[in-house]
Amino acid sequence: MSKKRLFVKGNEAIALGALAAGCKCYFGYPITPQNDIPEFMSRELPKKGGAFVQAESEVAAANMLLGAVSAGIRAMTSSSSPGISLKQEAISYMAGSELPGVIVNMNRGGPGLGDIGPSQGDYFQATKGGGHGDYRLLVLGPGTVQEAYDLTIKAFDLAFKYKNPVMILGDAILGQMKEPITPWEPEVPEKEAKEWCLEGAKGRPPRVIKSLYLEDGALAKHNLKLAQKYAEMKKEILFEEFLTQDASLIVVAYGSIGRIVKSTIRTLRKQGHKVGLFRPITLYPFPSEALQVLAKEGKKFLTIEHNLGQMVEDVQLAVCPYAQTDFHGHLPGNLPTPNDFEEPIIKALEK
Amino acid sequence: MSKYQDVIIAGFGGQGVMLIGNLLAYAGMEAGLNVTYIPVYGPEMRGGTANCTVVISEEEIGSPIIFNPKSLIIMNRPSLDKFQPRLEDKGTLILNSSLVDVDLVDKKRIKAFAVPANEIADSLGNTRMANMVALGAYIEATQIIPLKVVQEALPQVISSHYQHLIPANSQALEAGANYVQEKGSL
Amino acid sequence: MTEKIMFPKPQVLANRPTHYCPGCHHGLAHKLVAQVLEELKLPEKTICVGSIGCSVFIYNYLLLDTIEAPHGRAPAVATGVKRARPDKFVFTYQGDGDLAAIGLAEIMHCANRGERVSVVFVNNTIYGMTGGQMAPTTLVGQKTTTCPGGRCKDREGEPFKMAEIIGSLGGTAYAARTALNDIKNIQKTKKAIKLAFRAQLEDKGFGFVEILSSCPTNWKMTPLQANERIAKEMIPYFPLGEFKNTLGE
Repeated sequence: MSKKRLFVKGNEAIALGALAAGCKCYFGYPITPQNDIPEFMSRELPKKGGAFVQAESEVAAANMLLGAVSAGIRAMTSSSSPGISLKQEAISYMAGSELPGVIVNMNRGGPGLGDIGPSQGDYFQATKGGGHGDYRLLVLGPGTVQEAYDLTIKAFDLAFKYKNPVMILGDAILGQMKEPITPWEPEVPEKEAKEWCLEGAKGRPPRVIKSLYLEDGALAKHNLKLAQKYAEMKKEILFEEFLTQDASLIVVAYGSIGRIVKSTIRTLRKQGHKVGLFRPITLYPFPSEALQVLAKEGKKFLTIEHNLGQMVEDVQLAVCPYAQTDFHGHLPGNLPTPNDFEEPIIKALEK
Repeated sequence: MSKYQDVIIAGFGGQGVMLIGNLLAYAGMEAGLNVTYIPVYGPEMRGGTANCTVVISEEEIGSPIIFNPKSLIIMNRPSLDKFQPRLEDKGTLILNSSLVDVDLVDKKRIKAFAVPANEIADSLGNTRMANMVALGAYIEATQIIPLKVVQEALPQVISSHYQHLIPANSQALEAGANYVQEKGSL
Repeated sequence: MTEKIMFPKPQVLANRPTHYCPGCHHGLAHKLVAQVLEELKLPEKTICVGSIGCSVFIYNYLLLDTIEAPHGRAPAVATGVKRARPDKFVFTYQGDGDLAAIGLAEIMHCANRGERVSVVFVNNTIYGMTGGQMAPTTLVGQKTTTCPGGRCKDREGEPFKMAEIIGSLGGTAYAARTALNDIKNIQKTKKAIKLAFRAQLEDKGFGFVEILSSCPTNWKMTPLQANERIAKEMIPYFPLGEFKNTLGE
């Protein structure tokens, strides 16, 4: 008999996943549409012996995260787009210092203050580094509330495995919608980070966690090490294929848009259109090889995003020797429905 | 054809549309089905309607947001104006006829159930349970899940502060269902 | 004749020359911190939070587990470390640009929350590392590379008195200002550092010590002139003393 299902918001599933994964500290600052996460953590984390801090700013919250994970414990911060911009300083430092912070971005409309509705406008920021310097985050894009739970747990594991910040990139749809989840308890390693964390230099030489490398060639060496790590991360690639096998057109979409497109594809299939869905789940590393395999088979591509075209560049790079991808951008400020994608998909199919 | 239903529930803020959306989705889960619930916020909330969408399905659910729903629970006039044109042909409409003129319903195109939800709730002692009456009517009209499962789910969605109102709410659900059973559609 | 070393080198201080300029007080401040850490038997449980500025290489001189914080964020980083490991001793070492300009929000809130961390604040009224620009603590009339005519009260405002500000906050258990210009003040500085550390160790609250220090290079002075400037110009504006002490001594 499986465990009882819970009926929760995406935001709550992330918080529950973090608790299950052994998150000991949470640092946040209020911003819509992710406030359920700090509210949940402020209530539940102290019960588990953890610490919740409402920081003075997103800048401070992200730097608190940097401090907490340097002590080798699992910790998290969450925010939404404007707040994530403010966290970029600490995220860059965490990448440079090889620290395993977990950052949640429930993407809202932008640029600037934008709105509080859903958007995928932060794809570039999430997958291309986001802050200053040459670095990457592992980026996970859940499409369902269960995935929000599962991938949050995975985020902590990956962060420590690669000593690298990991971002969960959701949006206002995923954060606010409710869906049943089946919670599960992962095995959390008891002795994690013992070989590098800061806990006082007792019986060993002092450890320094830093991102400053001034000696001749030192920074180049450090960057090369990071590059090798990013290459290693390709092992972690995840994606979903839905009715792609016999499809002549593959729609590429991630997160909430991915699942909404899935409904459109079901409708179009009933009308006899041979369309399928490719939904990247790891946005970095990007599932380029899998897309290229589909391109080699001669399929057409349409990338659909809730922005003016960001992931489409990664899709195009993946398929370019064999195909071109069309693009349809649903604009932030309009709630997307499956109907919105019927016409663009049929157009791309008939092209 | 496997079991599938989606519904937009809309009314004034304060009419409890989010609550019955939650209740319906929760009960759907308890009935062993896949469900999604999404509240719609943003500028639409200021136009006189608050609304949410619930999808209930035997299959994995794709979109939680629906443009042309199979059914509607409409608690006030602005919501009818907004959503009736979007309802699928032959779709099901539960209309709170206490507050909305039944003549506005597009009877030829859709299957409508006019339920004086406020009056029924009033007769049970509390107008604020009009939402439960409407949901009871909806369950009877669509048969998507057993009413009993919805009633049993009440303690899970009603905040601890209002737990003493559960028996009355349960009664309101039943009253809505009975009304539809007796009067049928328009 | 027997020789008695009055000012021994602490073990936790690395045996290497510093990169600091002649007459700079950072080396002295490091040594005092190291002495207090040893006297309180703390080095093995200490996590030092470094900052950005001349003291960015503090980990080369203090042999402690150390994390480098972004500019101004050391109090936030220290908050994270301490919340993660409340059993450890956590202190930051920050300069005036770092703490009183870019990091003003972080230091104020860290103190106000009463974080059980300690802060060593070196105030030399100038940005040293970047080449002598105006700091939030630059004195009115003081010339720097970004206020070449001297800091103007009407244009740039008056220098922040951080020890007083921090001392006024509820979460602060200890706040004091000291100087390193003479032996007497050096001894008082060491005492103040110890009290700021004890505020954390005794779970009383946030501990803060502001140390008036010299920067002969950017002040364009000899070390001796720099020491005199501390006495004649800095101390009159930045009075020495305790602004809060809940430790009962």
